[in-house]
Amino acid sequence: MNAISGRIAPAPLLSVEGLTKWYGHVLGCRDVAFDLRPGEVLGIVGESGSGKTTLLNCISGKLTPTAGEVRFDTRRFGLTDIYGLSEPDRRRMQREEWGFVHQNPRDGLRMRVSGGANVAEPLMNLGGRHYGDMRQATIDWLDRVELDTRRIDDKPRNFSGGMQQRIQVARNLIHGPRLVFMDEPTGGLDVSVQARLLDLLRELVRDLGLAVIIVTHDMAVARLMADRLMVMKGGEVVETGLTDQVLDDPQHPYTQLLVSSVLQI
Amino acid sequence: MTDKPLIIVEDLAKTFVLHNAESATIPVFQDLTLQVAAGECVVLAGESGVGKSTLMRSIFGNYLPTQGAVKVWHDGAYVDITQASPHEVLEVRRRTLGYVSQFLRVIPRVPTLQLVMEPLLENGVSFEEAKDRASELLSALRLPQAHWDLPPATFSGGEQQRVNIARSFIRKYPVLLLDEPTASLDAENRAIVVRLINEALAEGAAMIGIFHDLDVRDAVASRLFEVSQSKAAA
Repeated sequence: MNAISGRIAPAPLLSVEGLTKWYGHVLGCRDVAFDLRPGEVLGIVGESGSGKTTLLNCISGKLTPTAGEVRFDTRRFGLTDIYGLSEPDRRRMQREEWGFVHQNPRDGLRMRVSGGANVAEPLMNLGGRHYGDMRQATIDWLDRVELDTRRIDDKPRNFSGGMQQRIQVARNLIHGPRLVFMDEPTGGLDVSVQARLLDLLRELVRDLGLAVIIVTHDMAVARLMADRLMVMKGGEVVETGLTDQVLDDPQHPYTQLLVSSVLQI
Repeated sequence: MTDKPLIIVEDLAKTFVLHNAESATIPVFQDLTLQVAAGECVVLAGESGVGKSTLMRSIFGNYLPTQGAVKVWHDGAYVDITQASPHEVLEVRRRTLGYVSQFLRVIPRVPTLQLVMEPLLENGVSFEEAKDRASELLSALRLPQAHWDLPPATFSGGEQQRVNIARSFIRKYPVLLLDEPTASLDAENRAIVVRLINEALAEGAAMIGIFHDLDVRDAVASRLFEVSQSKAAA
């Protein structure tokens, strides 16, 4: 044990600088900057309309920012501004090296094909040709996200919301991404289902050493999942820091309000 | 082991500013200086509200001090917790700096045995070894075996506290912060915890503790530290 030294900080996996998005003259987000290391979980919190999803979409290559850079340590080009890549190169990099878990499984799954095909699809997209291997990998992943592997050929609509979310998680991890984006991954679920899914996500993140950017408005989810937090208000980051420090000793007036507004049960 | 202090608190100040209560300021302490060497257990003294827990949490990086430094000996060098990046603080916590709070705060629905194994798994210990050591420790703390596969949410206060203690003593943290670890334990369990603490001290751990129970305090304290001597002016 103690073999891994923490002294030498690894190079960032992702480096965001001056990221700004205007919708006409409505501000989406302004001047956001941060680094993310391999294996690090960053939580983005803030209320509805604070710019969390805009920021996530800009970072994940879904929405071209008005200004700023999103540099990712790509396997093929090294640390590169993803918006400097050609569209095909960027799409290929996204498919190969990233995952994106949507709040609504219907946004992340293809509802017309089976759960198993949904999980296997990223492998096919990356050139997998051996049917037997891909089916086995799919069964392994269904098992890993605690789904009944006998239901591999059922359509997503025949699964509950929590199970659909597990299919989406498997679909986004099967190809071995290094960075996974999550937009309110437990947002639409019952609290009982939510707790088990969070536990599963946390375990997978630890075992696979994934870097994750997770957007949530739920402070409890943020506390359980994130190593550090970025608090957004009106499109700007108002506070950053270690998760438990931001939640237990918030410095900015808005963060204090946000934390003190959480209902206790 | 080193003969340098494992914890150095330098000119530490903490003032809370409550922006949503007309920016009320609550000064807690200032110019607080404290050093703790290997094998030493410094017990924080002073009445309730004097800032003992605030000091503890500032050392752990859970509270952000207003001024000063908190240096923890980690991997052959000092890391100033007040200045370190979140990544560094987590690394120091994972390997060097343990914290036993009064409350157990864990992910719901995870079985007790797994919670206790977690600090070992995070440090690369094998599943089997982690399981053996967690079982051993939970037995020593006399937590009924029937409880091990259950999540601790429904446990009594004393049982939860023992789970918390097991999580913190399963690894030999070189630096340990103890915030009332025996508050809801009966006499026999208190004696077990006192034994665990003394064993860790004998092996060179440095500790800062808060104990309201005078018997426990006398059994583990190397010296007392009055937090009120650094009281900040209101």
